[in-house]
Amino acid sequence: MADRNFQPETLAIHAGQIPDVATGARALPIYQTTSFVFDSAEHAASLFNLQTFGNVYSRLSNPTVAALEERVAALEGGRAALASASGMAAEAMALMTILQQGDHVVAAGALYGGSVSMLSVNLAKFGITTTFVDATRPEAFAAAIRPNTRALFAESLGNPSMLLLDIAAVADVAHAHGLPLVIDNTVPSPYLCNPIALGADIVVHSATKYLAGHGTTLGGVMVESGKFPWDNGKFPGMTEPSPGYHGVKFYETFGDFGFCMRARMETLRVFGAALSPMSAWQILQGVETLPLRMERHSRNALAVARFLQSHPRVGWVNYPGLPEHPQHEMLRKQMRALDGVPMASGLLAFGVKGGAAAGEKFIEGAVFMSHLVNIGDTRTLISHPATTTHRQLDEAQQRAAGVLPDMVRISVGLEHIDDILWDIDQALARSGA
Amino acid sequence: MSDDISTLRRILREGRTIAIVGLSADWHRPSNFAAKYLQHHGYRIVPVNPRYEQILGERSYKALEDIPFKVDVVDVFRRTEDVLPFARSAVALGARCLWQQIGVKNLEADALVRAAGLDSVMDRCMKIEHARLFGGLHWAGVNTRVISAKRPT
Repeated sequence: MADRNFQPETLAIHAGQIPDVATGARALPIYQTTSFVFDSAEHAASLFNLQTFGNVYSRLSNPTVAALEERVAALEGGRAALASASGMAAEAMALMTILQQGDHVVAAGALYGGSVSMLSVNLAKFGITTTFVDATRPEAFAAAIRPNTRALFAESLGNPSMLLLDIAAVADVAHAHGLPLVIDNTVPSPYLCNPIALGADIVVHSATKYLAGHGTTLGGVMVESGKFPWDNGKFPGMTEPSPGYHGVKFYETFGDFGFCMRARMETLRVFGAALSPMSAWQILQGVETLPLRMERHSRNALAVARFLQSHPRVGWVNYPGLPEHPQHEMLRKQMRALDGVPMASGLLAFGVKGGAAAGEKFIEGAVFMSHLVNIGDTRTLISHPATTTHRQLDEAQQRAAGVLPDMVRISVGLEHIDDILWDIDQALARSGA
Repeated sequence: MSDDISTLRRILREGRTIAIVGLSADWHRPSNFAAKYLQHHGYRIVPVNPRYEQILGERSYKALEDIPFKVDVVDVFRRTEDVLPFARSAVALGARCLWQQIGVKNLEADALVRAAGLDSVMDRCMKIEHARLFGGLHWAGVNTRVISAKRPT
């Protein structure tokens, strides 16, 4: 019998978790343990040499965390995944495994503020430099590539710029130069967009957002496609004996999941940003309903975008789900559709007439919309990026990241749409007072 | 060739004695990793490599024909263009399966053994497939594609 290609709704519930071998438990057990016993000294040696697979210590791997890793790998259509303590940690694990001192990154200009900081400040401290480019032009990535460039980095759907990347075109640029394309796919989630199918090599997620979905738990996941040729001469860390792991050649030994194995055994093991089993379990509870939630988030957000468009106190609305949005065709090409309508997540941005001061009044006037800096919660969330998430950047950097002074970001939740529109309307009325 | 989960599971359950052609005695070569793993999971491995007397505690034979007992699976770590003679030997020895490792994909050898009633697997690693279908690879975060409401056996 040929293997069935299961749909994402099924994978979101089943991938990575079959009934527990020991007990038959149907739901996922929480293996809240730091360590795992060895059967013998020989078994211990085989595990440490990576000659057999098994759990040693929960900083490296844990059965509850593994269920999350495999589930996200399956949802992304990837070969393997590595979970970590947050989305920033997932991004750090991916980049620190690819890069070394003297390397260079070409990154999209409009990125989440934390990613800008990691590239321009933290990695720069280790001698890794980044050129930020206009992500709407794939040729800008090509023009910025140098002999020492080792990765391209961008977001599938920008937060809060709402900018869509032409993933296939940028992947072509990356591959023409023998480089991996790393995509932050947090905002669409793997239900709306699969960057690997469009050519990306590594995908990172803040699982804190839509994957977990309830605003309760921090986590991150990195996924590898299994298709990147790490033996093209640019990545000796993948092909030469590892000084960090007693001479293992990761690509030769583990092939199409060698990158995740190296990230696990060299980077995660040493930097220690492991995800707790309890958090993995909570995130997985969220993942089971990811497809249902993404449909409702997207439908509610489209209704909010239409309402804002016709509102006299609103200057502009940025939501690629609107048919007249300049990137709507790109959205149709890259994102899942519901009844023929391409979904664009619950995230949107708009400008309140009256500038930054009116924006702040709007936020303070909300009844149940929460003023905080997370996204992807069941609750509707509102924030003013210029004074919160992107505060560390100067105004030029803010504009490059797609942040305008009057911009309000909404992460539209799962409340009844009439109630959401009511709260927006009354808060807008107060913004002009 | 066979590539679906149920057939791979059957091959890995039924085949217990594995002749490994081209097995290296060097501990960090992929063939040595795979053989060590298979031993740990209860398989008898039979090295076939004229360069060595013994590998992983088992006598190494110069050729498949020199093995004085029956083998179930002939697992080949050789270049694609060199596989055909081992396919002929696998049929002559009465093996049940010719297994060509990752990166090894000799279509002529595949057709030859299938015509003789053997199972044929290409471009896959026995260790990785065993770990994928019987648990270990899942712990390494790999997408095993196993979906089931039954306890693994």
